[in-house]
Amino acid sequence: MKKRFSLKNLDCANCAAKMEAAIKRLDGVNDASVSFLSQKLTLDADDARFEEILRQAVQVCKKVEPDCTILL
Amino acid sequence: MSNSHRRMLLRLIAAAGLLTAALLLPLAGWARLAVFLLPYALAGWDVLWRAARNIVHGQVFDENFLMALATVGALATGEYPEAVFVMVFYQVGELFQSCAVAQSRKSIAGLMDIRPDYANLVTDGGLIQTDPEEVAVGDAIVIKPGERVPLDGVVLEGSSTLDTAALTGESLPREVQPGGEVISGCVNLSGLLKVRVTRPFAASTVSRILELVETAAERKAKAEHFITRFARYYTPIVVLAAAVLALLPPLFTPISWTESIQRALNFLVVSCPCALVISVPLAFFGGIGGASRDGILVKGGNYLEVLARTEVVVFDKTGTLTRGGFQVTELQPEAGSGEELLELAALAECWSGHPISRSLKEAWGREPDSGRVSDGEEFPGRGVRAVVDGRTVWVGNARLMEELGLPFQPAPPSAAAVYVAASGRCLGRILISDRIKPDAAEAVAALKALGVRKTVMLTGDTQAVGAEIARQLGIDEIHAHLLPAGKVEWVEALLKEVSPKGALAFVGDGINDAPVLSRADVGIAMGGLGSDAAIEAADIVLMDDKPSKLVHAIVLARRTLAIVRQNIVFALGVKLLVLVLSALGCASLWAAVFADVGVSVLAILNAMRCLRRPRLP
Repeated sequence: MKKRFSLKNLDCANCAAKMEAAIKRLDGVNDASVSFLSQKLTLDADDARFEEILRQAVQVCKKVEPDCTILL
Repeated sequence: MSNSHRRMLLRLIAAAGLLTAALLLPLAGWARLAVFLLPYALAGWDVLWRAARNIVHGQVFDENFLMALATVGALATGEYPEAVFVMVFYQVGELFQSCAVAQSRKSIAGLMDIRPDYANLVTDGGLIQTDPEEVAVGDAIVIKPGERVPLDGVVLEGSSTLDTAALTGESLPREVQPGGEVISGCVNLSGLLKVRVTRPFAASTVSRILELVETAAERKAKAEHFITRFARYYTPIVVLAAAVLALLPPLFTPISWTESIQRALNFLVVSCPCALVISVPLAFFGGIGGASRDGILVKGGNYLEVLARTEVVVFDKTGTLTRGGFQVTELQPEAGSGEELLELAALAECWSGHPISRSLKEAWGREPDSGRVSDGEEFPGRGVRAVVDGRTVWVGNARLMEELGLPFQPAPPSAAAVYVAASGRCLGRILISDRIKPDAAEAVAALKALGVRKTVMLTGDTQAVGAEIARQLGIDEIHAHLLPAGKVEWVEALLKEVSPKGALAFVGDGINDAPVLSRADVGIAMGGLGSDAAIEAADIVLMDDKPSKLVHAIVLARRTLAIVRQNIVFALGVKLLVLVLSALGCASLWAAVFADVGVSVLAILNAMRCLRRPRLP
């Protein structure tokens, strides 16, 4: 399943790249992309565990860039 | 400038004021440190706070941490004014960078501002304004003059002209009448239209275009991947180098600890790859945004890269270089005048809806008086017969003449001809041809001027007809009599001729050529307005049907790539230079801050040029 989320207060391009790399490393993620310019996260992950993976992605983003929040 | 930007600006102005005051006060020792710490804290408390917080989260090499370390280091080595200056300057740079990015995002978003806000739904209780997403297929909506068409549909009542500029980049008004299709995203210019919705909002043209442009950022160009990989190694290496620079020289050379630590701090400041990480995607984003304003939809930065390398362009003929309609090119009467011949043919064909009949009627240019014509009959694949002014007239191809057993002068094979016969004899022939698009020859010439090595045309038509069109357009190579599978084979053969650095672009109208579009290095569909197949299959969609838009797209792609290269070379060059100078002790903390935020800002400003319309050859 592929879903797109808006990001709030994503202020630094390097952080976006770090978030993307960290989310990609999560188990069950097929692909992920964090666009600094469109302020969007695209998450492609296992259907069955999507909710759980999304929660982990939110955690990871908090860690990399605490100011940035994913609008669910 | 947003409110947070404005607050930041005030903060920095205050910090600069305090710094000036601190410089003027004749203090020494702890008191001196205290007056400098005031503006330092005012300008940089958030940097220090974020640095501390991120270390707790295990994010060591982030920009805030490096800046905090560099300035605290400067304070520790007694360079109070420098530390404060650098912090203020860094924050000014960050502020400027943030404004520039916000500005460019806004202008790109403005280019894509084709999303309709509401639809006027027809209900039993009158018109109600509603969200386009809530309108169902089959509902009736009303579009008033000046409003944007919210959903795709068919006109029930009313006629008007639509402005397609938001979709095609060219304001060519389109006439619509009852029964005609309207496409979401167009603006209704004149009359009131009542429309039956044929597609839900999510599948309407406007949604598909927005979706396509928004997802374009996900298909990253090679240059973007390079930057991401580069950034992963660059920062740790520079930080490591800084550690070495701080520790080794004092142990083995007479350089003092203070001096070597100052040099190492410079390294830390330069170690953020931000200039590249922001400006390269921004350039692609701007290029794609700017292209969409001109009616060129690019599905990803990677396709811009390929398009810029185009070496061979393969065209489909019908619908791409030609309009797919016919036009009368020459009247060749055997008896009487050409005008009479054309009039007879147009009248005899007046019942028929065949494209050739339409071209004859169009060439004659008058409204046929149906009272003069009777007993019209069509013979599929051959022509028509009708009684005109009491005479039986036959209009059709060579086969019809042969079947009638009439002697006639056949036309050369490179031209298509319509023969007109009446009263038992052939009166002459009318030459027609597939209509070449007005800008096709110009586009082929411009491609040559851009350094495209070879242009090829593939067609299902006969060799003679194809060769004639290729000659008129200046196309190098033509392959005729092709079925869709044959086109794929030719594209594969041509792909082998392309040099490793070059690329092959295929341009078609998106109908029946999906396999070819996907086989080419970059598949370009033309006339995407309203055609689902084209938007699905192609990598790049030209919304209107002008071949010259291809030239536009290539120029734009090349400029985007040039700007990306400039930014990479410039940013890396300056950073490397500052690193070398710092290692030798010739660069100040100032130069280092410039190499960080200064370069970022310049690279962003350069990337913004991607938004401007390119100058065409």
